[in-house]
Amino acid sequence: MNACDLIVVGAGIVGASCADEAAAAGLRVAIVEPGTIGGGATACAMGHLVAMDDDPAELALARLSLDRWEAFADLPEAEFDRCGTLWVAENPAQAAGIAARVARIQAAGGHAHALDAAQLREIEPSLAPDLCAGMLVPQEAVVYPPRVAQHLVLRACARGAVLHHGRRVRQLDTHGVTLDDGTVLHGPVLVATGCALPQLVPELPLRPRKGHLVITDRYPGKLRHQVLELGYADSAHGSDGSSVAFNVQPRPTGQLLVGSSREFDIDDPAVSPSMLARMLQRAFRFMPSLGELQAIRAWTGFRPATPDGRPYLGAVPGRDGLWVAAGHEGLGVTTAPGSAQLLLDLILGRTPAIDPAPYAPSRVLA
Amino acid sequence: MNAQGVVRLAVNGRPIEVPAGTSVAAAVARISPMRFRDSVHGMPRAPLCGMGACFECRVHIDGRAQLRACMTPVREGMQVTTHD
Repeated sequence: MNACDLIVVGAGIVGASCADEAAAAGLRVAIVEPGTIGGGATACAMGHLVAMDDDPAELALARLSLDRWEAFADLPEAEFDRCGTLWVAENPAQAAGIAARVARIQAAGGHAHALDAAQLREIEPSLAPDLCAGMLVPQEAVVYPPRVAQHLVLRACARGAVLHHGRRVRQLDTHGVTLDDGTVLHGPVLVATGCALPQLVPELPLRPRKGHLVITDRYPGKLRHQVLELGYADSAHGSDGSSVAFNVQPRPTGQLLVGSSREFDIDDPAVSPSMLARMLQRAFRFMPSLGELQAIRAWTGFRPATPDGRPYLGAVPGRDGLWVAAGHEGLGVTTAPGSAQLLLDLILGRTPAIDPAPYAPSRVLA
Repeated sequence: MNAQGVVRLAVNGRPIEVPAGTSVAAAVARISPMRFRDSVHGMPRAPLCGMGACFECRVHIDGRAQLRACMTPVREGMQVTTHD
């Protein structure tokens, strides 16, 4: 009899965080992962730890998570680099919105301040000279997500979790799951399978949202902050069929990681030359010298997107003992620690760290 | 290039004259044959394939990094920097 207190399905950054949190709380945990740990959206991500401030619920989850990410700042596996986030304005309308964004971040417990055009040029000379203002969030950082996921799984296992690696959940049962090798596990189930959520929980709507990334050769000192255009949220949170936004990150190696693109309704993971060109043209507009650098690799990934952009965190209505932590779209790395804490608060009946209502799966089943 | 078909350039600040049509790799080899660049872990690296495939000969040329010396012909006044 394989009795568990929690069966975590999926070992991406979200499932790994939940398994780690559950094992730390003393639960008997099983982890089921058919592929590489952190090998899905986690491996395609930029690893930028960033608070998006345009949705109060998303900001609350990000702030809770960013505080918890501080515990990883000295972990070698995390490759934690506190480069800060620099948001840049390309027109006066965006510049005019900075004060309100600074205020929202400060009110949520973060730190941010506005920069004028001269200050912007001074801290990032390689940005386009016509950019008129910026906002610096100095405490934000980047990590290497797949290694963090692996670290969390190993830590959970060191606390007694059992990893069923290379095994797939064949079906959800009344009292647990059956794996593809016939193994039966008994206990409450937490589905953290990202884009694969509909296979096990088809009643929760989820769409894959394709993205492209490009990485350059090593150019140390070319850029110091992760830089995004202030219009990024319009691309990220808009529901257009396809969009691009400037988002470039200096890796600790001196390489530059360049994004971003968003496309719905595409299953093909192949790099699209036209989408890549559109994304890079957008990047060159903000950082002209990027065009002189050698790109060495381009790849794509799929973000798990819910209809309202918020993750599903909580119990699945009408299904006994079934929990879900999925649908984080492009913020799963940032918000994994907070998601795990909130989930375990709910599972264990603790007072939730933040209001769970905005993330409740029941919101889409009304 | 002067009338004798000689191109003058500098490698790590040292002036050098080579025949026109020479690759940067051949020019650098006269000054620093075994160390064009350092690997991520600090090992010296130098050209292996000489035809643009191995990327071991990357140098800075006129302020631009990560250029393949073997694929770049010399130009008058060029400033080449190795291993950084």
